[in-house]
Amino acid sequence: MFAIDFGKPKNEVVVGIDLGTTNSLVAAMGPSAPYIIPGPDGDPLVPSVVTALPNGDFLVGNPARRALVTHPKLTVYSAKRLMGRGAADIAEERKLLPFKLGEGSESVIQIELGTRTFTPPVISGIILRRLKQNAEEHLGEPVTKAVITVPAYFNDAQRQATKDAGRIAGLEVLRLVNEPTAAALAYGLDKRKEGIVAVYDLGGGTFDISILRLQDGIFEVLATGGDTRLGGDDIDNLMLRVALEDIASEWGEDLSRNQEAVQLLRRAVIEAKHALSVLPRTNIVFEYKERRYARELTRDVFNRLVMPIVERTLAPCRQAMADAGVTPEQIDEVVLVGGSTRVPLLREAVERLFRAKPHCELNPDQVVALGAAVQASILSGQQTDKLLLDVTPLSLGIETMGGLVSRIIQRNSTIPASATESFTTAVEGQTNVLIHVVQGEREMVKDCRSLARFDLKGIDPMPAGFPRSEVRFLIDANGILQVSAREQRTGKEQSVEVKPSYGLSDDQVEAMILESIERAEDDFAERQVREMRVEADNVMQAVEKAKQSDAWFERPEDERERVNRALNELLVVYHGDDHNLIRVKIEALDEATRPLAETIMNTAVNHALKGTKI
Amino acid sequence: MRYYEALGLEPPRLKLDAADLQKRFYARSREWHPDRFSTRPPAEQQTALEMTALINDAFRTLRDPVGRAEYVLSEHGLEASAQRGKDVPADLLEEVLELNMALEEADGEQAARSLAQFEAALAALDGQLAGLFAAWDAAPSPDNLQPVRAALNRRKYIANLVRDARKALETARES
Repeated sequence: MFAIDFGKPKNEVVVGIDLGTTNSLVAAMGPSAPYIIPGPDGDPLVPSVVTALPNGDFLVGNPARRALVTHPKLTVYSAKRLMGRGAADIAEERKLLPFKLGEGSESVIQIELGTRTFTPPVISGIILRRLKQNAEEHLGEPVTKAVITVPAYFNDAQRQATKDAGRIAGLEVLRLVNEPTAAALAYGLDKRKEGIVAVYDLGGGTFDISILRLQDGIFEVLATGGDTRLGGDDIDNLMLRVALEDIASEWGEDLSRNQEAVQLLRRAVIEAKHALSVLPRTNIVFEYKERRYARELTRDVFNRLVMPIVERTLAPCRQAMADAGVTPEQIDEVVLVGGSTRVPLLREAVERLFRAKPHCELNPDQVVALGAAVQASILSGQQTDKLLLDVTPLSLGIETMGGLVSRIIQRNSTIPASATESFTTAVEGQTNVLIHVVQGEREMVKDCRSLARFDLKGIDPMPAGFPRSEVRFLIDANGILQVSAREQRTGKEQSVEVKPSYGLSDDQVEAMILESIERAEDDFAERQVREMRVEADNVMQAVEKAKQSDAWFERPEDERERVNRALNELLVVYHGDDHNLIRVKIEALDEATRPLAETIMNTAVNHALKGTKI
Repeated sequence: MRYYEALGLEPPRLKLDAADLQKRFYARSREWHPDRFSTRPPAEQQTALEMTALINDAFRTLRDPVGRAEYVLSEHGLEASAQRGKDVPADLLEEVLELNMALEEADGEQAARSLAQFEAALAALDGQLAGLFAAWDAAPSPDNLQPVRAALNRRKYIANLVRDARKALETARES
């Protein structure tokens, strides 16, 4: 009667996660449709903000967002903009993000929060862990597998950094899915049997455009394009700059170095931005140290401010259409994704460009996470009618003589994609060859993004030009490069050592994971103990109640003693932290009270049959 | 030939139907895509990854008539580019000189004339290629492959001329 099922669920749930610049969400597949799992505070969005408290704990989400004002030096936001980047790439971001960078930021950014330093994958990992916990709390079972979305235009290092973040959070990342593709899945656009769809995705910090062909449940991405440093944040920063200048002239005080004031003002301009999506005019209201600043902002003025940002999104859209070989007339549907697509000016521009009224029935903040949950259900084999065929957003090339790039996989190739190149030696006796791999569309290596240097080792010493090594470059379904090599003559596998230009080494990721696994297990064990105690409470209450019944006194002396002993033993382990031990004692008590339970049951049945009291 | 095999197109043909190719691509993708193997053992996942990469590479190569012909040539040990000379085809010499002048002098009218000429030459060549494809399909002998190679080299040259003429036209418009 106290039976509890401890067996592992047969179909482990795979969640879908949108790890956003501004907000992150987790979703799961329901019986008929995907749904967002809210946090314990009821908010479907977990702001992508982390505060590293001095005591070693972290605030994540809404509490961290509030701490932006109280603890600006311990709080980090928009970490997604730093993923897979080095100090040299983020000059632009540095103007906007007031973080202190630690030593060794050349290949992986080190964010200093108080006395501690964190890499962007660890910050993202902390956010992912919170989403994982929210899902576990909601579903009542451990969650270890996830599909995580990334901007379609993310390069190899940014994708790898996202995958690392998942591992750090204790999640097996079954697939990285491009955000616009996930959105197309969420809209269930495959219900129209055939058509061409454009997905326009302007998020907090990134812009993507994807053109897809849909046919019988297949979502084939024809082309993708974008800008990984363009988003709603940029609108906020423009407004913030204008407001700061305005305040400086009005108050005679420059607040731009006062982090607390800047964060408060940032909130005020964001509120005004949101209001202008529905109202023709609004006020930016900012109060600080008993002074008040209020400025009316009309949509016209706002439009003039954001026009350059809207314009910047249109060129990648035209390029993507050209790459896909489609004209605006051939586009059947347009889908809008990302909170920034609520800006009316932007909707008009998109409608004009694609000559189609854009879809915005689904919440643009949630549609990517919902799509990720759909992809999760495809991967776990629950849906077999749909299939995503995505592409690599950037061409892959290798450095050749004179710093030129030889392209080996073109952008917009369906992934997985591969290319094989033959390499030889340049001098006699040479035993290794260094291969420099880059991503990008430019002719010169210096204008492309360095991805990694591969050291092809163990070549037999021979005259120059004699050895022949076949190197295979394979971009997997996550858009991440794998390289293997073999000696052409013998067919023997050759070892390839990878030196990534940006990002963490495997060992570094491993070290970060261990730490988080320990913590995660602590958390999980704690919850299991709590749950088991609740179970024990129920059992003990039931037994105490049974001991008040007539049936208790009908049982033999030794049996009653056995029950009391089992009850005591359960009480002894009750306050320990081993949930397994509590379970064992619950089961023992259950066993000891079985005859008593039967007697009570029989008495009840007899009463019912007789319909009388004894 | 692996690419043809991967899409079930044996024996190899130079002339392929685009719609049929797409249908085969989708069918093979449904069968082999890594998404279908996510819950399978690692060895099967690796096979799915390799198979899908092959299917994708094959579709990407074969759907483009030029890429397809180059692939067939290389499978026969005939690198398309190996034979390509720097020499201007004699019958185009005059037109090429005119294009060079247009480029130098940013002459928009001349550039437009050159573009029209080279586009026409390209279209004519594509017609010729279709005939050569059919000839090889009917009798796939090395003798029937040599003219394909020659036509491809010429096509590549003219395609570059079209590109340069477009550039000349653009520069002329801007100046």
